[in-house]
Amino acid sequence: MTDVSHLIELLTVLVLAVFVGFEVISKVPTTLHTPLMSATNAIHGIVLAGAIVVTAAFFAGGGSNPLVTVLAIVAVTLGAINVFGGFAVTERMLQMFRRKEGGK
Amino acid sequence: MNVAASLLDLVAIALFILGLHFLNSPPTARLGNRLAAVGMFIALVMVLVQTLGVGWWAIAIGTVIGATIGVVAAVRVKMTAMPQMVALYNGAGGGAAALIGVVEYSVFLASGHTALDPVVAIALVLSMIIGAISFAGSIIAFLKLQEVMTGRPITYPGQQIVNALIALAIVALGGWFIASGGTLPIGAFYGLLAAALALGVLFVLPIGGADMPVVISLLNSFTGLAVAITGFEIDSVLLIICGALVGASGTILTVDMGRAMNRSITNVLFGAFGSGGGSEPAAAGSGGPQNVRSVSADDVAVMLAYASKVMFVPGYGMAVAQAQHSVKALADQLEARGVKVLYAIHPVAGRMPGHMNVLLAEANVPYEQLLDMEDANPEFPTTDVALVIGANDVTNPAARSVKSSPIYGMPILDVDKAANVIVLKRSMRSGFAGIDNPLYEMPNCAMLFGDAKASVDGLTAAVKGL
Repeated sequence: MTDVSHLIELLTVLVLAVFVGFEVISKVPTTLHTPLMSATNAIHGIVLAGAIVVTAAFFAGGGSNPLVTVLAIVAVTLGAINVFGGFAVTERMLQMFRRKEGGK
Repeated sequence: MNVAASLLDLVAIALFILGLHFLNSPPTARLGNRLAAVGMFIALVMVLVQTLGVGWWAIAIGTVIGATIGVVAAVRVKMTAMPQMVALYNGAGGGAAALIGVVEYSVFLASGHTALDPVVAIALVLSMIIGAISFAGSIIAFLKLQEVMTGRPITYPGQQIVNALIALAIVALGGWFIASGGTLPIGAFYGLLAAALALGVLFVLPIGGADMPVVISLLNSFTGLAVAITGFEIDSVLLIICGALVGASGTILTVDMGRAMNRSITNVLFGAFGSGGGSEPAAAGSGGPQNVRSVSADDVAVMLAYASKVMFVPGYGMAVAQAQHSVKALADQLEARGVKVLYAIHPVAGRMPGHMNVLLAEANVPYEQLLDMEDANPEFPTTDVALVIGANDVTNPAARSVKSSPIYGMPILDVDKAANVIVLKRSMRSGFAGIDNPLYEMPNCAMLFGDAKASVDGLTAAVKGL
């Protein structure tokens, strides 16, 4: 994959995404900083997709090493904790934020 | 097929960014979180489809176990324990990024190729190092926040030198890995992983409890970075963008927190702040025991009940005492009597950004009443009673005037400008920074000693009885 133009493309995407991130997130009010942190936590749970990709690649390549098998499963487990836990806890926090009028 | 998958990834990315955008106000925030979750669902389904079910059983086992742990923990966790929960989820992401590197490397070894592509080699080694540091650091942060280990900084002679040596070893082994195209001995590879884990543990050890808002934010940005680099490793635009968004968010929060303490990030990481403990008061000026005025709950109740504006100033002490519901009950009593109640929240009150806001939201306090520092400070001169509940250093006027004070220059809540200040405190022990608070000796300030929750409940009962 030492395709320089492809690498430049990926770097371009990275830099633009960083700018978008700064723009969007700098508008989040301080009162929501804890949910922001847990929501971004959940978003980096996309690492689960990476764990799935390498686990599949490992099995496609024969995949007999028991240690690596365990590590691959642990990687998927950690990624899944990150995604599911992150979104669930953010949802739980956000449903507590209420306006003055609205009761339960 | 590939085109469809790429387009759906694009939809997922748009949903993530829209989701973060909707987090910009409390009424739309839930929609934001759900949009991001839908994006995640699409992205994960596409990945599963593309892997064509290879290794499905391993993926299924991991997903089921992980989802169960994650959701059960999310439902059960107490709101006061949110900082350590976020630290754990963050560590999980970092750990996954590190293990992806390990598995990817073993795939390369089994493939019979002679050398790794240089871009993949660099990405693999960087994401593994940063992910491992984030994982180990988050676990230590969790243990400190959960108070399994002491929240005080843990220091020992030569600490910085040990850390520097480990960092050097990581650079050397990482460089070797890249230069050799991944053909170094397997022992050296695992040595690199072990060194990164050790550095993660050692760099969080000397950081004290009150600095945790900075550390958690920083670890969050580390995991984001690790995920973005993993994107380069497995050639995934999705991971690059998600990682970049999280990295940006963590960086913004880290800088905000540092600014709210008037300290640089390097000072937080390497300063071992608060380890001085008993030796600090000398520097603060007064030294010996402070002359403070103690009041009874009944006196305070009268003061509160006949005030026109009361400002609550919550801190970590409120979280420790689980007093948020009691605080809301007192506020309801006062509001029923026509008192205007507001809350002043310092950016670093508590153990993570926004910690107090979440606790008060749990107790049904409307978010319009929660003022951040910029909005709260102009309110104090017209406030009749400022009720400080388990906050200390963030109210210390020495930060404004005493140049020799360790917290000089830190922006604080100007509670001393209120007509009356009542401080709820367990004892006269100094705050985290280990320094005296001259606020307590001011003529308009009085202390109500006791557990925060018991004191607030006592006030509520006394106000009711009036």
